[in-house]
Amino acid sequence: MDLFRAHVLVCCGTGCTSSSSPRIMEQFDQLLPQFGLDKEIKVVKTGCFGLCAEGPVVVIYPEGVMYYRVSPDDVKEIISEHLLKGRYVHRLMTMAVASGSAASGSFAAEDNSFFSKQLRIALRNCGVINPEKIEEYIAHDGYAALGSILTEKRDPFEIIQAIKASGLRGRGGGGFPTGNKWEFAAKVQNDTKYVCCNADEGDPGAFMDRSILEGDPHSVIEAMTIAGYCIGAHQGYVYVRAEYPIAVERLQIAINQAREYGLLGENIFDSGFDFDLDIRLGAGAFVCGEETALMRSIEGKRGNPTPRPPFPAVKGLFGKPTILNNVETYANIPVILRKGADWFASIGTEKSKGTKVFALGGKVNNVGLVEIPMGTTVREIVFDIGGGIPKNKAFKAVQTGGPSGGCIPASLLDTPIDYDNLIAVGSMMGSGGMIVMDEDTCMVDIAKFFLEFTVDESCGKCSPCRIGTKRMYEILSKITDGTGTMDDIKALEEVALALKNGSLCALGQTAANPILSTLHHFRDEYIEHVVDKKCRCHVCKGLTQYYIEPDLCKKCSLCAKKCPVGCISGVVGKETYVINPDACIKCGACMDACKFKAVVKK
Amino acid sequence: MGKTKMTPEEMSAKLDAVLATHKGEGQKALMSTLQQAQGIYGYLPLPVQKKVAEALDLSVAEVYGVISFYSFFSLKPKGETVFTVCLGTACYVKGAQALLEKIEESIGVSSGDVTKDGKYSISACRCVGACGLAPVILVNEDVYGRLTPEELPAIIAKYKEAD
Ligand SMILES: Cc1cc2nc3c(=O)[nH]c(=O)nc-3n(C[C@H](O)[C@H](O)[C@H](O)COP(=O)(O)O)c2cc1C
Ligand code: SF4
Ligand code: SF4
Ligand code: SF4
Ligand code: FES
Repeated sequence: MDLFRAHVLVCCGTGCTSSSSPRIMEQFDQLLPQFGLDKEIKVVKTGCFGLCAEGPVVVIYPEGVMYYRVSPDDVKEIISEHLLKGRYVHRLMTMAVASGSAASGSFAAEDNSFFSKQLRIALRNCGVINPEKIEEYIAHDGYAALGSILTEKRDPFEIIQAIKASGLRGRGGGGFPTGNKWEFAAKVQNDTKYVCCNADEGDPGAFMDRSILEGDPHSVIEAMTIAGYCIGAHQGYVYVRAEYPIAVERLQIAINQAREYGLLGENIFDSGFDFDLDIRLGAGAFVCGEETALMRSIEGKRGNPTPRPPFPAVKGLFGKPTILNNVETYANIPVILRKGADWFASIGTEKSKGTKVFALGGKVNNVGLVEIPMGTTVREIVFDIGGGIPKNKAFKAVQTGGPSGGCIPASLLDTPIDYDNLIAVGSMMGSGGMIVMDEDTCMVDIAKFFLEFTVDESCGKCSPCRIGTKRMYEILSKITDGTGTMDDIKALEEVALALKNGSLCALGQTAANPILSTLHHFRDEYIEHVVDKKCRCHVCKGLTQYYIEPDLCKKCSLCAKKCPVGCISGVVGKETYVINPDACIKCGACMDACKFKAVVKK
Repeated sequence: MGKTKMTPEEMSAKLDAVLATHKGEGQKALMSTLQQAQGIYGYLPLPVQKKVAEALDLSVAEVYGVISFYSFFSLKPKGETVFTVCLGTACYVKGAQALLEKIEESIGVSSGDVTKDGKYSISACRCVGACGLAPVILVNEDVYGRLTPEELPAIIAKYKEAD
């Protein structure tokens, strides 16, 4: 093997790929030979580093220097300065959205505050190895856990016991203990069983599972094979959402390589154990993330949930005992088995062990993927790792759990994150979307946003969910239009209760959570919409008036020329312009047009 | 997807080849067969549904039932150029709604529709997994991130010129 003096890691996760990282790779490949460096320096295509907002990201080892927002044109300079002369390219080293210590000249990946509070277990290989090379996974202890299990022919129940002892709980949202799930399926007698992986990642605003599949697909393959051995299954399926083409491609490459290496297929490690994997694509139905619906979808049917019991461990895919786990859950398994249950159980809180990956997004400086030990507070994530709110705006809330979850307000910023604490504050862990909202985010509008989502995604099988979500959406529309009443708020709460009790699956049972939690923490905003007919964030159009400040108006007439309905009157140079609020359709054109910021929203 | 430059005969031949690989596999192959068929045609018109049903020994009603359940499957052709605005939470919070409205205004149709000449269509989607770049739009397969409404006219013009 060649020895390289330096490694250049180029992030080729989805975020960076869409912002031209493939062209950066090409540039390195083209230019390194010209500088005579191609034998000394290795360029590695990696998965997501997590710092998506600063992408494309390039990291150079051994120094650990991170370059942000690199363009293909910067490559030449990086080579001639850094790689050839050892002089860092400082202009690419500061994060554009500067934050705390991250910006203060510290550049090694390890002492950037974005990384220092994190603990990477599930994401251990993401951004470190080339996901398209099985050798690199193996070089990072990959397939070691599977190898020792199969060559030593260890007792499946002993492995299941280790997973139980680690305290690992499902990362797909529910938080069900993974070891117990495996044990149920292992105890059921049947010649045919299945292992499934949930990579449907339906929470809009979450991309952890995608990054794991794109950055470290073999960890999922290894874990599913171990699961197969434990429960006695020989076939697995990974159900991936259709919107993730890069993830699907990398996973397929990984599956093919594992087959070539004899790590999938027949007689793995000469143990007599057979296991193979196939990919199944979703087709844009959120409800298919629900376990029974997912199995119907793999069977080629409409993805309607079915009542439980029977639980999938008894009667799942094609009527056979099946286990389903989330991508991140699986990604933890090989490390747990390698480093031991005690090690894993030593991380986290009493009832939630290990780490959780969050897709931190919204109104926060460092948008990206973060993995934190359970017990980290919301404040640490938003302000230390996330670098706070852009433009010095005030923090309002964090939303977790997507359309089934809720909001955590400023007063609860010090809540240590774990499954139980999040439920106690009226939200939930969910699969890991974490959206930060600032003073400009209207909480009623956000509740309406999630309800619109559930109305679209309700499968329609049971009426409380089908009709209830629609009713709640209509009421919220009334409130945001300015025609809501206090009775409407009461009605919301009543419908919410009916849904919780009467729906067949968790989609319906939790659909009201975004409303209930915003009503609980931000009731004053609802009342303002209903009683004062005011949206303090000027988001709800029905409650927003456009108005020209007479003192600021320079009488230039530009706004009147742009107004599509001609409702602005005045005389150029003589009379200040005024908007006729009754005719205004609130298009905002006047506000965009005015160069003097005289048009304001009230 | 959207764009294909194949002739009807080529499409039909390609579909036949796909169907031959799934012949008689029944319901469990339906989703992937439909995905491949839509990859060829850009949408799933009735004649295609019938051929799929026949190859998999299913009724057309069963095939239609599955198509209508999943939003990824389309019964209508899309425009030659498809503008997709991500309305996932991360993008929504960062102002994606304003982007959608601006695109609707400049293309002249609303989300979900195609222009009369079949050239453009607009759709909304939920999270393409590039939330780090929010707000995000896709034009065909090209991703544009960290957008403001002011940047849209230039992007739209690029695709209009390309005709
Ligand atoms: C409507 C709905 C959507 C869901 N979407 C997902 C999803 O996208 N990804 C996921 O892993 N789990 C999702 N779940 C949870 C799964 O049903 C299931 O609990 C999980 O995949 C089990 O894996 P785990 O124990 O490893 O978390 C969803 C549940 C419901 C009710
Ligand atoms: S609760 Fe909603 S999504 Fe779930 S089965 Fe009923 S209608 Fe379908
Ligand atoms: S564009 Fe601004 S300054 Fe000019 S007339 Fe309108 S409000 Fe006044
Ligand atoms: S918001 Fe639109 S309709 Fe209303 S005054 Fe301004 S330009 Fe005219
Ligand atoms: S919310 Fe738009 S890409 Fe995720």
